[in-house]
Amino acid sequence: MIWNKEMECADRETMRKVQLERLQEVVKYEYEHVPYYAAKMDKAGVRPEDIRTLEDIELLPFITKEDLAVNYPTGLFAAKMEDIVRIQSSSGTTGKPKIVGYTQRDMDDWAESVARGLTMCGIGKNDVAHISYGYGLFTGGLGAHAGAEAIGATVLPMSTGNTARQIMFLQDMKSDALCCTPSYALTIAEAVEKAGIKPEDLQLRAGLFGAEPWTQSMRNKIEKGLGIRAHDIYGLTEITGPGVSTSCIENNGMHVQEDLFYPEIVDPNTLKQLPMGETGELVFTTLRKQGMPMIRYRTRDICYLMEGKCACGRTTVRMSRVFGRTDDMLIVKGVNVFPSQVETVIAKFDELTLNYKILVDRKGNSDTIELMVEFADGLAIDDIEFVESMKKRVEHELRDSLQIGCKVRFLNAGTLPRSEGKAVRVEDRRKYE
Amino acid sequence: MAVKQVSIFLENETGRLADLTEILAENGIDLNAVTIAETGEYGILRCIVQNPEDAIKALAGKGFMASISDVLTVAIDNVPGAVNKVLQILADAGIGVKYIYSTIQSAKGEAAITMKTTDQERAENILTKAGIRLCEMEDLK
Repeated sequence: MIWNKEMECADRETMRKVQLERLQEVVKYEYEHVPYYAAKMDKAGVRPEDIRTLEDIELLPFITKEDLAVNYPTGLFAAKMEDIVRIQSSSGTTGKPKIVGYTQRDMDDWAESVARGLTMCGIGKNDVAHISYGYGLFTGGLGAHAGAEAIGATVLPMSTGNTARQIMFLQDMKSDALCCTPSYALTIAEAVEKAGIKPEDLQLRAGLFGAEPWTQSMRNKIEKGLGIRAHDIYGLTEITGPGVSTSCIENNGMHVQEDLFYPEIVDPNTLKQLPMGETGELVFTTLRKQGMPMIRYRTRDICYLMEGKCACGRTTVRMSRVFGRTDDMLIVKGVNVFPSQVETVIAKFDELTLNYKILVDRKGNSDTIELMVEFADGLAIDDIEFVESMKKRVEHELRDSLQIGCKVRFLNAGTLPRSEGKAVRVEDRRKYE
Repeated sequence: MAVKQVSIFLENETGRLADLTEILAENGIDLNAVTIAETGEYGILRCIVQNPEDAIKALAGKGFMASISDVLTVAIDNVPGAVNKVLQILADAGIGVKYIYSTIQSAKGEAAITMKTTDQERAENILTKAGIRLCEMEDLK
């Protein structure tokens, strides 16, 4: 089933027409209501009426998360506070959170996006939607909730935590769809196995997982452990929250709700638009938002876009999974390297853990990159040949993935310092004088 | 057969070995034998201690991965040719030696050697038949 055939299956020409009309409108609205962005446009020498075609979007200045920090808390709000019906928030770069305001129409559009996503995953009004994202300022819980209500599903607002109770509800309420972060889905899958419950004892058939990066091996474990089909749902608070794009049953990229969120891919260095299919930084323009519109917001996420009709019948542009973030991107020997690539390689080896550190340095005029990675705890090592052959295999896989040589150094389990919150994965010792 | 060996993975860094022996010393763990296999970057320290489980417990959570495996320790006379006698028997039987190191039988002041071979079970049988005495953990006290 398709939730909104008119928009999700529109031909290119119709979609572009809708997008242009909405782009012109939102740019004019932003110019009139957000002095900070109007000043940016003035500085760039562009006025709302200069946007005559979709291609003219390139004339517009970007909005970055630094702009959000400078305008904390509500400097980029375009609507009056009396028309803002909801605030959501996510962590910011400088310690101050990002604050996002929604009008009622913004809320309805957000629910519409998630509704399309859920429908794409085969979830409908007869299903029980088990929402285990956190509820609160984080967009995950309330976003998925609103979408599930919009399609008329039976909503279980579980929020996170109390895994034993989650499993009880999964069983007793016969949940059909699970919405949570992939890492929490994995926790639930492991607890289900521990409790001696077989996947076929659950009615669960689909999962919508997002809000954090995850690996193929995690996906396999979740799908097997819960007996479901796992879907990606993508979003970010600045743009709206989950539902900006979702992967359908074809699992061939995430369909972007492009009548609401206009995607571009730019080169993170030159900031020039890249042709369809090329990998770069994802940039979104909210085409209908009133509370806090985002014009050319740099997501920092690295991916590519795909055009063409999907086997599911939808014609919307699809985005690939996110390969990494420009914040994390390293340039080593002139090649872009993402910690996520390294992580994917590590995940292929049961003997290793995801406790690792990437060390970049410069010897003479040449960059060096080294991976320090901990062995899995409990691994019995009585053989130097084993260590040497592991080293060869991991270095080989890394070269395949990164296209440059990366030295591997193994560490005893538990020797890398643990940090609270986000781990520091990269140490760049290069000095540029 | 019952001599247990503890193997510990080591990053090749100055002081790393001392960190390890410090933990063993603090826990009163006596080394009957010790050897290191090494490459430029790593070492595997193999040792024989009276209570291997205690050693593993002492090292757990301290950044050392240790594991226990069975090895073959045989008593030998402290005379020239004694090691050769044992190795000749194994060679004749087509059994290879992966590693070998000397070991103390402290109670009796006799010598012993510890080995990992390509076929531990057969090595044990052949050596026993040839009148070579295999050590138990108690012999090494």
